[in-house]
Amino acid sequence: MFEYDVIIIGAGVSGAAIARELSRYQTRICVLEKEEDVCCGTSKANSAIIHAGYDAVTGSLKAKLNVRGNEMMEQLAKDLDFPFQRNGSLVLCLNESDMPNLQMLFERGIANGVKGLQILDREEVLKMEPNLTNQVYAALYAPTGGIVCPFGMNIAFAENAYANGVEFKFNTEVQAIRKLEEGFELQTDTGTFRSGYVVNAAGVYADRFHNMVSEKKIHIIPRRGSYCLLDKSAGKHVSRTIFALPGKLGKGILITPTIHGNLLMGPTATDITDKEGTNTTGKELDQVISNAGRLVNNIPFRQVITSFSGLRAHEDGAEFIIEEPEDAKGFVDCAGIESPGLTSAPAIGEMVAQILKEKMELKEKDNFIVTRKGILDPKSLTKEERNELIRENPAYGNIICRCEMITEGEIIDAIRRPLGARSLDGVKRRTRAGMGRCQSGFCSPRTMEILARECHLSMYEITKSGSGSEIVVGRNKDDWETV
Amino acid sequence: MKSYDILIIGGGPAGLSAAVSARENGIERILILERDKELGGILNQCIHNGFGLHTFHEELTGPEYAGRFIDRVKELDIEYKLNTMVMEISGDKVVTAMNRTEGVFEIQAKAIILAMGCRERSRGALNIPGYRPAGIFSAGTAQRLVNMEGYLPGREVVILGSGDIGLIMARRMTLEGAKVKVVAELMPYSGGLKRNIVQCLDDYGIPLKLSHTVVDIKGKQRIEGVTLAEVDGKGKPIPGTEEFYSCDTLLLSVGLIPENELSGGMGVEMNLITSGPNVNESLETNISGVFACGNVLHVHDLVDYVSEEASAAGKHAAIYVKEGLRSEEISVFAATQEEIRISAAVQEAPAAPAAVQESIRIAAAEGVRYTVPCKINPARMDEMLKVRFRVDRVYKNSYVSAYFDEERVIHRKKQIFAPGEMEEILLTKEQLLQFPELKTITLKIEPQCEKD
Repeated sequence: MFEYDVIIIGAGVSGAAIARELSRYQTRICVLEKEEDVCCGTSKANSAIIHAGYDAVTGSLKAKLNVRGNEMMEQLAKDLDFPFQRNGSLVLCLNESDMPNLQMLFERGIANGVKGLQILDREEVLKMEPNLTNQVYAALYAPTGGIVCPFGMNIAFAENAYANGVEFKFNTEVQAIRKLEEGFELQTDTGTFRSGYVVNAAGVYADRFHNMVSEKKIHIIPRRGSYCLLDKSAGKHVSRTIFALPGKLGKGILITPTIHGNLLMGPTATDITDKEGTNTTGKELDQVISNAGRLVNNIPFRQVITSFSGLRAHEDGAEFIIEEPEDAKGFVDCAGIESPGLTSAPAIGEMVAQILKEKMELKEKDNFIVTRKGILDPKSLTKEERNELIRENPAYGNIICRCEMITEGEIIDAIRRPLGARSLDGVKRRTRAGMGRCQSGFCSPRTMEILARECHLSMYEITKSGSGSEIVVGRNKDDWETV
Repeated sequence: MKSYDILIIGGGPAGLSAAVSARENGIERILILERDKELGGILNQCIHNGFGLHTFHEELTGPEYAGRFIDRVKELDIEYKLNTMVMEISGDKVVTAMNRTEGVFEIQAKAIILAMGCRERSRGALNIPGYRPAGIFSAGTAQRLVNMEGYLPGREVVILGSGDIGLIMARRMTLEGAKVKVVAELMPYSGGLKRNIVQCLDDYGIPLKLSHTVVDIKGKQRIEGVTLAEVDGKGKPIPGTEEFYSCDTLLLSVGLIPENELSGGMGVEMNLITSGPNVNESLETNISGVFACGNVLHVHDLVDYVSEEASAAGKHAAIYVKEGLRSEEISVFAATQEEIRISAAVQEAPAAPAAVQESIRIAAAEGVRYTVPCKINPARMDEMLKVRFRVDRVYKNSYVSAYFDEERVIHRKKQIFAPGEMEEILLTKEQLLQFPELKTITLKIEPQCEKD
């Protein structure tokens, strides 16, 4: 029949998690991604935390999938070898008058099935986190809250899906979807693809694709969140994820250590219209800094190493939409995946796979590969093991990124592995080379050389993040020659 | 574990000069660890001239200047390892390093000279709003691409920051065929040397906009332009002054930060103003036997001063090693009570005041941001000591004054003091010995005084 049974639009964390779950079954799957790599949209620019699950309204899909995703994270992180840690989270209540709201959050958490929740008084909280504001009156403590590498998780899902036979097509933007008698035809900028089923995991663009096949329109607002990332020297300023009590537009500015030991503050929440509007504004960055300073004392703002913003895919109904529209059977939406989307991703994968398994009567493979090995981190080895590795492959003795101490060996691994890195950002997300305090000032020319050598490209073809983002434009004086 | 008398971290201008000086002061077992594939550090990409006027009384390019020191290191048979990254230094001077051929290895040093240099402040550190496309380079990264690899980073350039590297790159990019549209500087004065403003901007008709900054970056894939705005006295953009410049490249020359992650890791005490270690007259940190020099100590504008400073660090490290040897001999010798008495008598004679006399603090006050060194032990100082400092803004027809406790001892007029130019005063041992009770020397910038 068609070349694929299922086409998944989008290789973000939802798309990749769905691909991985579906790859358990005997079916032909292809993921179409408009960017040059996995993890290029919402999945790459967020708080990188694993929510406990007390925020979402009890009974909602958000609540259910959050708690389920949180529970799955430990085993998944082991199976798929991505960094994850339960550091716990604290929601601060700064005024006695807000206590009913904190109590409400606590009760909601219990109703949602969140384990280990406690309300702590001022002394207990300050003992736990001495750098918190003295204004703190009480806090909700959730020991199951965690931090994760969002790139690591997304890439792990994708690599494991690939290992289990899923095809990925990058730089392939879906432009139109046509319902056929049976199945769908997807027009892209690189050709036309047909499949029996379509999964719409297109992030902020999910409304566009949904509305191509269904009369029951949905509407997604890109809700921009800006962040500031601080150097690792500031990474221990707090050890848990610190939230304020939630407000109208979301959970407000949080302060959290990242899984790699930096300190992250954000996000703001600005509803915009441009689905590519990932620019930061001075106003938003000021807001991050002033709000963070209200929760935590003496944040070393001088240690900011970068700022960025990401877009949450906020659907008007403020709920995940994971279902087939009535009027478009075979088309499964995975839309409105805003927070807690990253936490929920594994559960979203499960849920979508379950929907399709039943519809398509899928049979499990007997050779499904459960585990995946990440890029070898030489820092995790003993000195003897590390020296053995360097003897076998001297590239592991050659530091390229001096801030993060990333070796040539790791960069080569990131490039050569399946769905490997093709750009500086791709290398950065996989290895952290260029992610440190100098922000790739020293290592980018060297990483470019390695990319050029490994991918048989010229230096002119090396990009920051895909076509159009080339880094060097010519040779010295080449303009003089043409005069 | 291998051991050396002096281990030098970094084979740039500071490390090279420190090594030469340590050897000339009689130390045999010296090792330089360099992370790059050749010695010379950042000088290798500084192909413009203007180096060495003070040291060699001639104008050299960066690689030529480095070459002089590299030749000397080779003549003196000083050991060095290239492509070798120092990963950690412990408080007891064990250095862990790694390279392709030897893997991870440790070396015990008697003395360590920190000479790791500095890095450029990135866009992120400034929190410049906008998109994050390709085409934004720190000036030094662009300099490497152009000067060492022959690649042109872009054709239409805006430069933010008037630090020396930015000014030099304005000229370089112009010579290589790019159009440099403007250099914007946040402060009301340039952070670079006057001669660079004349030779790199004025000579090429490149405008310098003081009190301006980038308030937005446009372009999703590759940078398409930036918006500049004028800033008020507090550095905040003034609404209504925005002006868009189309460009495919933004170079940043917005400050240098000493790279002291290794120093911090071993417990070296840092100065919040310089981001470098606090050092005494011997350029020794709070950890005895650990010295610092060059841009890791504080950011310099002239390499000649780096060489001079590093040479002093090398010498003091040599003295430290030799004194250590002497005291080791003494302690081996001093096995009995009687002998200890003898050794005490021996020690008393020449070196005693060194350990006993309290250090004099050097305080940076009005107009002076910091001083290097920040304390002096007069007994240990040379006959003459240069105290280097920077001012916090431009001062015209003002004085630099040094107060020895309450008394003004130095009062020297200068037409102009600028933050971009490192200043110095000379202290003599003779002077200090006249103030035996001296606790603090305070450095200030003072306007023309009515008394004068």
